[in-house]
Amino acid sequence: MTFALETAEHPEKLKRVVIEPVSRVEGHGKVTLLLDENNRVHQARFHIVEFRGFEKFIQGRPYWEVPVMVQRLCGICPVSHHLAASKALDMIVGATLTPTAEKLRRLMHYGQILQSHALHFFHLASPDLLFGFGSDVATRNIVGVAAAFPEIAKKGVLLRKYGQEIIRMTAGKRVHGTGAIPGGVNKNLSLAERDTLLADIEQMIAWSRDAVELIKKVYSDRPDFHNGFGYYRSSFMSLVRGDGALDLYHGGLRARDEHGQTIFDHVDYSHYWDYIHEEVRPWSYMKFPFIRSRGREEGWYRVGPLARVNNCDFIPTPLAEAERIAFKEFGGGSATQATLAYHWTRMIEMLHAAESIRELLHDGDLQGDDLVSKGERQLRGVGVIEAPRGTLIHHYRIDENEQIVRANLIVSTTHNNHAMNEAVRQVALQYLDGKVLTEGLLNHIEVAIRAFDPCLSCATHALGKMPLEVELLDAEGAVIDQIAKNTSGQFCI
Amino acid sequence: MSNTITIDGQTIPFQEGQTIMDAALAAGVYIPHLCHNPEFTPHGSCKLCTVTVNGRNVASCTMPAVEGQQIANNTDELNAKRRALTQMLFVEGNHFCPFCEKSGNCNLQAVAYHLDMMSPHYNHFYPAREVDASHPDILLDRNRCILCELCVRASRDVDGKEVFGLSGRGIDCKLVVNSSSGDLVDTDLAATDKAASVCPTGAIIVKRHGFSVPIGQRIFDHKDISQVQLEAAQKERGHE
Repeated sequence: MTFALETAEHPEKLKRVVIEPVSRVEGHGKVTLLLDENNRVHQARFHIVEFRGFEKFIQGRPYWEVPVMVQRLCGICPVSHHLAASKALDMIVGATLTPTAEKLRRLMHYGQILQSHALHFFHLASPDLLFGFGSDVATRNIVGVAAAFPEIAKKGVLLRKYGQEIIRMTAGKRVHGTGAIPGGVNKNLSLAERDTLLADIEQMIAWSRDAVELIKKVYSDRPDFHNGFGYYRSSFMSLVRGDGALDLYHGGLRARDEHGQTIFDHVDYSHYWDYIHEEVRPWSYMKFPFIRSRGREEGWYRVGPLARVNNCDFIPTPLAEAERIAFKEFGGGSATQATLAYHWTRMIEMLHAAESIRELLHDGDLQGDDLVSKGERQLRGVGVIEAPRGTLIHHYRIDENEQIVRANLIVSTTHNNHAMNEAVRQVALQYLDGKVLTEGLLNHIEVAIRAFDPCLSCATHALGKMPLEVELLDAEGAVIDQIAKNTSGQFCI
Repeated sequence: MSNTITIDGQTIPFQEGQTIMDAALAAGVYIPHLCHNPEFTPHGSCKLCTVTVNGRNVASCTMPAVEGQQIANNTDELNAKRRALTQMLFVEGNHFCPFCEKSGNCNLQAVAYHLDMMSPHYNHFYPAREVDASHPDILLDRNRCILCELCVRASRDVDGKEVFGLSGRGIDCKLVVNSSSGDLVDTDLAATDKAASVCPTGAIIVKRHGFSVPIGQRIFDHKDISQVQLEAAQKERGHE
């Protein structure tokens, strides 16, 4: 299978331009461009150069360790992994969560959405949006934002802090806590903790509204540019609630194609493999998922804020719902496929998270004592959650001794792998093709990647499936022996 | 005979038959230790409780208190050696505190904090050790075993079962269980046995309880191990 600009026919004749590392994203990745003598782009790839392997080394560990262990995948969205793994283990212990347990987990999750979205928008993306993609690289960073727009930077820092405090109160620590356990949670929210959070929630909602207004203004000041930047159409996938509402914690899977037509809807995620497959390509540690019914060529899709806001029928909190409607109506729906609309929808979701936190803080169930439940033991569990960056799938099998024997993680950024590469190729064609490359032009590529808020640390799990090729060269560089491993892990001479 | 010893210049009374460790704990003086547990016969294997008595290094948990001993305990030199011993324990096994369910309740971790251990210092061995999850209620994770033999003593002396023992020499020494299959499930160990709860690390744990105590409510979340163990000793004396 090939896509335009994915693989050049004669790479040996082309010059290579590398952006490494891609900055202001989580984890380590690089972009390679192959250009001819006229600077025409023949190949553009976004590579993940780090390697993790959690799926392999959790094998043999007792299942109850998993939510605490796998969250170490990431320091930005550990709560997402913590909760997705806990949901999978709820199935394994046969639990139906008590209202207190589910609401505490939701509170933790909304805190995570708030802090992660704030981090991305203010710390990572705002320098591009406020200063311009090709602006002076010396100030195109959060320090530059703090100097030029101190009020905006301050809101970003304090919104993130508030989300982190919610995580600390529900999980014990701001990063890598232990709040969710198989079948429930290990603590409730005390009245003192609730009152501390209530004291600031109105401010957080106000600042989240300001953030939506900010991105809306930036976007609509140059609508054609923002709509057209790295533009392409694609399918979208996300969880939705039973009534079609946006739900970041639980629901059924919904996929719609590039024309808005339903591919599948309200799918029970515990059988996700009937709908999604993963492909390994030889040039990346990150797998390429695709929707099975549409095949490898047509089945790629996007997840994350843009997918969720597009896919849901409504957002169940009023302020965010009003913003969703405004977004969908913008330019007759012109932004709904735009790469940079990720930023806009991300802020709508941050507002939804803040509103949801307020709603939960007024719910007395958070002070309940019925924290854990269990039922009939199962040997398999699947947990799916809408993480800040998109749909996150954790799938585990245990044996009779309660040890993990198999794990499969399909991480948000992995879902977006093809889509990010598509964005890179589009931007390369739009802005770089035939031009003399400058730092500012190359940053356009990074801007496209950044829109997805990728977490590359989370996303590299092709252990044992990564094709490898080893060549033995003589002193003149001639190949005298070689061995290769294919995507099934088999060696071929 | 006044029956007193001196630890770091402090005069401490003792009773006949007491070890230096016994006398120190009774007097509210903490000597770092891992393999020692006042409920069991002293073992003297971890050497963390080494003190200097009249110029000689001895294990305080096995050394009888004798009138007039001049003992150095809380010195920079001894604590540096204790820290090195603790670092060696960490690198010899596979101790991953970040996702270990014993974290916050673990004596090894707490002693490391007490001794200001900031890193493992030595290269990790990363040994390949077996996890025995065959027992329906108890997990044996040899990755976290420090060979203190508290489980051996508890099973033998309290439970009367002799489930555990050590086998092999030197770096090959490992915890084994008393069954023909070598599996924990084929022993008569029960979750209510003392041996199932005495492990100072996370090597022997009762299944399915991991992380049920929230961060902030674990034993060492707010108290140094010296405070915890001295309070326990004081409580024990109150019961006598």
